[in-house]
Amino acid sequence: MQFRHKISGGDFARAGNVASAVKKILRQLNIEHSVSKRIVIALYEGEVNVVAHAYSGIIDVDIDEEKIKTKITDIGPGISDIEKAMEEGYSTATPQVREMGFGAGMGLANMKKNSDSMKISSIPGEGTTVELVNYIKPHAG
Amino acid sequence: MTIKEITEIIDGKVICCEEKLSTQVEYAFSSDLMSDVLTVEKENLLLITGLANLQTIRTSEMSDITCIIFGRDKKIGAEMVSLARENHMILVESPHSVFHISGELYKAGIKSIY
Repeated sequence: MQFRHKISGGDFARAGNVASAVKKILRQLNIEHSVSKRIVIALYEGEVNVVAHAYSGIIDVDIDEEKIKTKITDIGPGISDIEKAMEEGYSTATPQVREMGFGAGMGLANMKKNSDSMKISSIPGEGTTVELVNYIKPHAG
Repeated sequence: MTIKEITEIIDGKVICCEEKLSTQVEYAFSSDLMSDVLTVEKENLLLITGLANLQTIRTSEMSDITCIIFGRDKKIGAEMVSLARENHMILVESPHSVFHISGELYKAGIKSIY
């Protein structure tokens, strides 16, 4: 099962709509709660990141019997130092993002914690892509 | 402890999902930082916060939070109520500070996560 959602940068009223829709789909598919919760939290963090930092973004979700693959692609300022961005506590968030309860520099680390694999690539001035994989059943390696 | 008992202790006013006040909760977490809330793994949790916006409700939805208590009479908007109702989440306003609410509930036996 594959689906695609679009997100608009700066649209805090809708931040979380995609994660919420995915949460409902995973529940309908009877995916184990501990598995779905991790993917939903990682996806929500990713969605908030796009709303907070980028101009627009696309989320592609691909679910098969084994795993859930999520790809978050945005058009935005990009990340010049990914290693630094992964450090807990490092953030370039605006005061508006902080007023929403985010921007503490915890998002990327929490996405990593809640996924079985995470890949980030970014071109400064163009945008960022984050790919997450979560296995539905226990996975060796 | 039921949410009904909790509401009485903190002089709370129930804004949403009154029909669920018999729900039991064991653990609470106090935070205005939603990123921090998203790292909590406990289920069936009570959130005590001073942050009243739509993302408080969205974060709680993702974190499977049963009930949110807003301290210092923070006003809960119509959009927040509608999203909370959709997710069967109880919303409570209290005139007391987050510190006061946390202290009273801790004294009454609600457990801390960390």
